[in-house]
Amino acid sequence: MIRPLILLTLLAAPALAQTAPDQAVPAQTVPAQTAPARTAATDAAPGDAPVVQVLSWGGDFSAAQAATMARSFTAARAVEVRFADSDDPAGVVKTQVEAGNVTTDVASVGQGAAMRLCDEGDVLPIDPATLAPGADGQPAAQDFWPGTLSDCFVPTDIYATVIAYRTGAGAPPQTAADFFDLERFPGRRGLGRTPQFTLELALLADGVPPTEVYQVLATPEGVERAFARLDTIKDQTIWWEAGAQPIQLLADGEVTMAHAYNGRVFKAAQVDKLPLAILWDGQINEIEGWVIPKGAPRADLARDFVAHSTSPQELARFAAELPYGPPRLSAQALVDGFAAAGKPAMAPHLPTVPDNMKNALTVDPVFWAEHETQLRERFAAWLAAE
Amino acid sequence: MAALDPHAAVVAGASGAAPDVTAAPLTTADGRPLARALARSQARARRRAFLLVLPLLAFVIITFVIPIGQMLHRSMYNDGFAAHMPQVSAWFHENPPGTQPDETAFAALAADLKTAADDRTIGIVGTRINYDVPGTRSLFTSTGRKAKSGFQPPYQAALVEADPKWGDPQLWRAMRNASTAYTSNFYLAALDRTRDDQGKVVMAPERQQVYVMLFKRTLLLSLLITFTTFLLGFPIAHLLATLPARKSNLLMILVLLPFWTSLLVRTTAWMVLLQQQGVINDILVWLGIIDSNGRLQMIYNQMGTIIAMTHILLPFMILPLYSVMRTINPSYVRAARSLGATSWTAFRRVYFPLTLPGLGAGALLVFILAVGYYITPALVGGSTGQLISNMIAMHMTETLNWSMAAALAAILLGAVLVLYWIYDRLVGIDNLKLG
Repeated sequence: MIRPLILLTLLAAPALAQTAPDQAVPAQTVPAQTAPARTAATDAAPGDAPVVQVLSWGGDFSAAQAATMARSFTAARAVEVRFADSDDPAGVVKTQVEAGNVTTDVASVGQGAAMRLCDEGDVLPIDPATLAPGADGQPAAQDFWPGTLSDCFVPTDIYATVIAYRTGAGAPPQTAADFFDLERFPGRRGLGRTPQFTLELALLADGVPPTEVYQVLATPEGVERAFARLDTIKDQTIWWEAGAQPIQLLADGEVTMAHAYNGRVFKAAQVDKLPLAILWDGQINEIEGWVIPKGAPRADLARDFVAHSTSPQELARFAAELPYGPPRLSAQALVDGFAAAGKPAMAPHLPTVPDNMKNALTVDPVFWAEHETQLRERFAAWLAAE
Repeated sequence: MAALDPHAAVVAGASGAAPDVTAAPLTTADGRPLARALARSQARARRRAFLLVLPLLAFVIITFVIPIGQMLHRSMYNDGFAAHMPQVSAWFHENPPGTQPDETAFAALAADLKTAADDRTIGIVGTRINYDVPGTRSLFTSTGRKAKSGFQPPYQAALVEADPKWGDPQLWRAMRNASTAYTSNFYLAALDRTRDDQGKVVMAPERQQVYVMLFKRTLLLSLLITFTTFLLGFPIAHLLATLPARKSNLLMILVLLPFWTSLLVRTTAWMVLLQQQGVINDILVWLGIIDSNGRLQMIYNQMGTIIAMTHILLPFMILPLYSVMRTINPSYVRAARSLGATSWTAFRRVYFPLTLPGLGAGALLVFILAVGYYITPALVGGSTGQLISNMIAMHMTETLNWSMAAALAAILLGAVLVLYWIYDRLVGIDNLKLG
């Protein structure tokens, strides 16, 4: 009798000892603050006060969503918006739908994940006609960035993976190729330990125009070309795992240049006043947005929330809060109108302004859906080879 | 005998003349045979004891056995294709491997594609085939969109015209493989193997081979870390067990304090200490031991992984060792010394063997925890920081290939069970002392 018990204890030990960092934890809620909201909340029975449960990425991102689109939705509709955090909302949505226990009404996911969830029937279709028209009166379908709005996915923001570098140490790098030039720009480099963005950066630095990167990467020769480029800096590279790491590595002087998320660099440079700057050449941007899980308990309210929160005004309001570009053409000009007093003007820091878009690549979710497993295996084998 | 009910089991004749043991069986006061009464009362006690553990048992089954069982099932069962493409799957079952796909096959395929596209299950089908033939997911989704408006016969020509890839024999082989829900393909892939044109098992292309190497690295690293925790933990546990209570309590707090600190905090602390611009390098430069250009690389490589994981797992070694060492009577070693043993002999022949149950428990705990760790190696391990658990996590959360994750996890589980079995053979699980 004792043997199986010991075995069970041992097998369970890792699960108990290692806390999973990616579990969804309920985070801040947006309390119904305005007068009409209060009335509605008190009118309804305690259990059925209208609520929309949003699953988002946490941190500054959720906080900005809560402070902008969620607050104004609560004010306008007297519906409380509750946030839960996960660093893998798509995984949570898939798990909930497969388990038939959906508690999320709206989830923020990347475009690639949204495409997969949509193709596999895990999320509900959203009719573009229900979305707010552009600030110039264009219908929503024409106002969103071309190719970003899909059957079940409404974009909310565009963020970029950029080259961040320490300022004050010689001439600043000018192009993505400088990232791989250890002679002119000595010092170690920081890259994410993932083929995604890393292979694209290698090809951009190798002179492949953004429009052809994925065609090249779809061929075995293209993959070898990218790895050959990475070989030139492999022994000078520190591989990071989480988005906070490259900033820390740069701040500590462990690396002189690193691939990092533009929002993090912005915060480090503008708020924490660290000597960091962004090289926009070779930026790789990705789109995030809302999906509504199949079986969402309050799908109608969820649709209302999606429509409300993706109007050009709300998207611009959000972009004024965080340097994530609004994915609507007509929202771009509205951003600075929402800038709070004392805060830096956001427009020059957005990945979507023309100055920053000169040599920019937009991630192709279809490519990654098809080649991710293969390239991740190849990347792991490449990393392990001395 | 503890379960014997004293009221029911008054032995008949106990107060009378000396009982004749060989004659009539012993009976209780009310005349029932003693053996049966005893069995009944014991059964009742056992039932009561079982009811007590029932909640725990149910908990373990619901939270542990069932999920693991489901996961293991998933590693060899994936009906992503078979369930959503019934007609073409049926065609595969009727025709032996090697049959050229004919018009019937293409007609079945066209009909299935349309149904799957209408039901929004086409992505599942495409994903399943994409596991075997990378780059085919969009073939299914894009053809599915065209299929919604319907293909006209002849279907073979229509489909190949929609996308020439539909004529690819490799694609048809992959679809045949996927047409049965039960498959060994995920296990093959998890062992860097694949099937060739004839369906024979062969090694995957060399540049794609990664899992076997990661399994080996994970096991070796775990063994190494188990050994370093033993080297460092044994003297500490001995000190803890032999020092006077006040000092040993203080030491115990020092051992437990990091144990209560978050894993990520401890890992980050090691980064601050060990990195090239970190505390230790700064001190070494300040002392003039190393030159500022020759700063040591102590993290973002295997060394970082070993240091950080040894530190994190040390308490798991110290605590079982300590609990065993405390019960070892110091007079044994004194007796050995008085009989002429050197201190080394006394340690080797008397003290150390007595600590084995604690050592065994600690080693097993540390090893099994180390096998499953991935956050720490990923953060501090540099290019070598990828272990098999990272790949499992990747398949769970990023590529969403849960069958593959399950196959990798099942192999890891199997390897750990084999090691457990060997351990049982060598040391004996009954000698284990967990605390």
